[in-house]
Amino acid sequence: MNDNIKKAKRHVNQNEGLIFEKSSPGKRAFELPPLDVPKAEPSNALGAHHRREGVEGFPEVSEIEVIRHFTRLSTWNHAIDLGMYPLGSCTMKYNPRVNEFVARLEGIATEHPYQPQELSQGCLKILRLLEKCLLEITGMDAITLQPAAGAQGELTGLLLIRAYLQKQGNPRKRVLIPDSAHGTNPATAVIAGYEVENIKSNEHGQMDIENLQKLVTEDVAALMITNPSTLGIYEQNLPEIAQILHAKGALLYMDGANMNALAGITRPGDLGADVMHLNLHKTFSTPHGGGGPGAGPVAMKKVLERFRPVPILVEKEGGRLALEPVRPDSIGRVKAFSSNFGVLVRALAYILAYGPGVRQATEDAVLNANYIRRHLEGVYDLPYSLPSMHEVVFSDALQKKNGVNTMDIAKRLIDYGFHPYTTAFPLIVPGALMIEPTESESREECDLFIGAMKAIADEAARQPEIVKTAPHTTRVRRLDEVGAARKPVLRWKPAAQRSTAQTSGARD
Amino acid sequence: MRYLPKSPVERQEMLAAIGAKSIDELFSSIPAKYRLREALKIPGPYSEAEIIQYFKERAAENAAGYTSFLGAGVYNHQRSVVTETIIQRGEFLTSYTPYQAEISQGTLQAIFEFQTLMCQLTCQDVANASMYDGSTATTEAVLMAERLTGRRRVLVARSVHPEYREVLKTYAKNSGLRIEEVPFTASGTVDVKALQSALKDDAAAVVAQSPNFFGAIESYAPLAEAAHKVGAMLVVAIAEGVSLGLLSPPAEADIVALEAQSFGLPPSYGGPFAGVIAAREKYVRQMPGRLAGQTTDIDGHRGFVLTLATREQHIRREKATSNICTNQALCALAATVHLTLLGKEGLREMAEQNLSKAQFALGELLKIPGVRRAFDAPFFNEFTVEFPRSVKIVNSHLMREKIVGPLALGTAYPELTKNALVCVTETTPRAEIERFAGAVKRALEQPV
Repeated sequence: MNDNIKKAKRHVNQNEGLIFEKSSPGKRAFELPPLDVPKAEPSNALGAHHRREGVEGFPEVSEIEVIRHFTRLSTWNHAIDLGMYPLGSCTMKYNPRVNEFVARLEGIATEHPYQPQELSQGCLKILRLLEKCLLEITGMDAITLQPAAGAQGELTGLLLIRAYLQKQGNPRKRVLIPDSAHGTNPATAVIAGYEVENIKSNEHGQMDIENLQKLVTEDVAALMITNPSTLGIYEQNLPEIAQILHAKGALLYMDGANMNALAGITRPGDLGADVMHLNLHKTFSTPHGGGGPGAGPVAMKKVLERFRPVPILVEKEGGRLALEPVRPDSIGRVKAFSSNFGVLVRALAYILAYGPGVRQATEDAVLNANYIRRHLEGVYDLPYSLPSMHEVVFSDALQKKNGVNTMDIAKRLIDYGFHPYTTAFPLIVPGALMIEPTESESREECDLFIGAMKAIADEAARQPEIVKTAPHTTRVRRLDEVGAARKPVLRWKPAAQRSTAQTSGARD
Repeated sequence: MRYLPKSPVERQEMLAAIGAKSIDELFSSIPAKYRLREALKIPGPYSEAEIIQYFKERAAENAAGYTSFLGAGVYNHQRSVVTETIIQRGEFLTSYTPYQAEISQGTLQAIFEFQTLMCQLTCQDVANASMYDGSTATTEAVLMAERLTGRRRVLVARSVHPEYREVLKTYAKNSGLRIEEVPFTASGTVDVKALQSALKDDAAAVVAQSPNFFGAIESYAPLAEAAHKVGAMLVVAIAEGVSLGLLSPPAEADIVALEAQSFGLPPSYGGPFAGVIAAREKYVRQMPGRLAGQTTDIDGHRGFVLTLATREQHIRREKATSNICTNQALCALAATVHLTLLGKEGLREMAEQNLSKAQFALGELLKIPGVRRAFDAPFFNEFTVEFPRSVKIVNSHLMREKIVGPLALGTAYPELTKNALVCVTETTPRAEIERFAGAVKRALEQPV
């Protein structure tokens, strides 16, 4: 037992195979009430060639086995509910349980998107109030709640810009994206029909204003910028950047992934941003759920309002709300039905819990990041020294000397009871350790994290092997990712089929 | 504030440790003139009880107490408390995308099981870990076909969900795709002759949905044959997953775009749901979205990892197959638990009940003078009827009897103003079907 590991102890957890391996014909975990109408004979009703004899390979298990199966799997995950989850850029904050409760209420979860609008006023009021709150927080003029996630919000934002420029006769060719940006930015720009021009950050990790001045031409549609940047550093020149773009008729897209550093303190709309998305699953605490669902509302200045995706939420006489399906200048729909409504419900519940006190959450998030920075500066290399906001990015430069890299340190952190920070991102920091504690961590949890990081730095210096071969305490150790990609096994198959597939190759 | 784990003293001590005199000092990089001086004008702070009260009040302003005959891509099926219990376990609910495989094996194995279930349902080789919904899955399937064929013309059946088609148009507008629509026959299915004459060797894909937006079941073989003859791919969209418990799977399709909402996810006013793309194995490297794969650790134990990430935006940036990052993982988990509960027999029985109830409902409606079946193709749990007067008028009568009537097709299909899309599932009691038929009869007897 390592005395440095204060946060966690090893304990036994259950083995569990694939659910298909537990299946046995005749077992069942679900029963329907008896049919209360005459039974239709499928062959007659459908015709023989449309009919299927059950789904081959589907599991047959009992209810207790289902509960145990998924409960056992769950115990193999780390989670915010267990402890700090310091993934930089992901804003892994507490997901309040009341948000889950209200999203499941009868009359909320049960509502059909096509039911008459006079029977949907409750849903529409929720959407309207969330719109108002997010407009107040961002300082923008108009908003759409339709996009299903941040990346779809980015696409919506760029399509708005494109439609606006098109209306003036020329959609333009290029979108400028700093080298510190999330991968979604360039991937999105391409789908919106733009060429990507990557721009190098200056020696402080910030936008190089002089260079930008040269790059912005009448061919440039927009600059996509994340503020604070992915280094966790506030972009002081945002208003000047906006001016440079506007002078050439281009627009400023702000990626709101890091809004947790700004909410209640400053407003992108006041800083000159023309359009931005919010990741409700980051700043506004809707659960990540192992990768989703999220929601990516897009807030914008007045000039872009007429291009919003349909349907548009409008207030009619007497305060009645309606979704209007047709707008001549709209970019169209980005997703079927209204939105990821259930996610929006949770975000509104979160905002209502704080009210204007959302500022306190932002302050605590920045306090935690700076507290960690203060204690780990010197222990780990800090490549960019401008003040940190909600996250701090170190590098593995000091540990590299002993052959220990950021991934090794991250894996060793698991043995200390923490989820790793974000590794190897942003790309402008070789060997990055990107740490975002969020406001949800107590001083005690921050201290344990700092202690763990110091202990690992010490190990990296004295006994690097233990770090390089970590984790040592997990159910599985480092996994063969190269082998997984070279010969992908992406689904279970029964033993007989497996051997056939291996000899005859994949189905063609 | 109850979510924040710090006392005022702790905050002061932490500031002191940092060497800052006040919290404002930590925000000094934001020029003072841009810092908010006044509190945000948003309601709150609310206690837990006040939050619940607010949403209960909103819930009461919705359609509680009405019986609905709406489907059209969002279906009301039985859901189990087991599913809700599992997906609310914090280890699933509050975990991130499983990039750190060693402490995310639970999520990874569940995704692997989800991928397997989706392959079994669709008779395809590989399925991804989810897309946003059926509409974006359909769109991404078309973009995938575009990459695979290098062609840019796409033929989409008019009987595909109108909102799926709208989303496709939004994405296609700037990627050089040309979208053309294929008409439907008097039976309500794709007009194969029209399709054949529109197909040339410049077509990337044919897109059809089954059961289609009118509820009619398509035959895949002629569509696949027509598409493959000119080297185009057949993309099949499936909006009602439960149908796969009873209907022939889209084995002839090259790419399947599935909406998994029917598998344990509530209607939730339109989302969050879960889309899926399933396809032939040889196309996997052009597939968008995350994939979990089986592998071994250094001790030889089975484990799972996210794999083939070189398709994705965080590695490939502007050359990625899609910009998708966040997907619908928890919804996919709900579908996994739900389908595991149902199992082979449960899914078949649920599908059979849907078929029986829909057949019964059609029979009841056809007893009403003037009501006619619009299309004669076989259907699953949705069908189109034609009323002797506008559906809107009928529905406003139904509202008075606390019934949310069937979807009026006239909005999306101007030639079908008297046609209504009726949906009945295993959750619709016989008595409500009879009450509905009675209400329709009364509505049609009202003087115009």
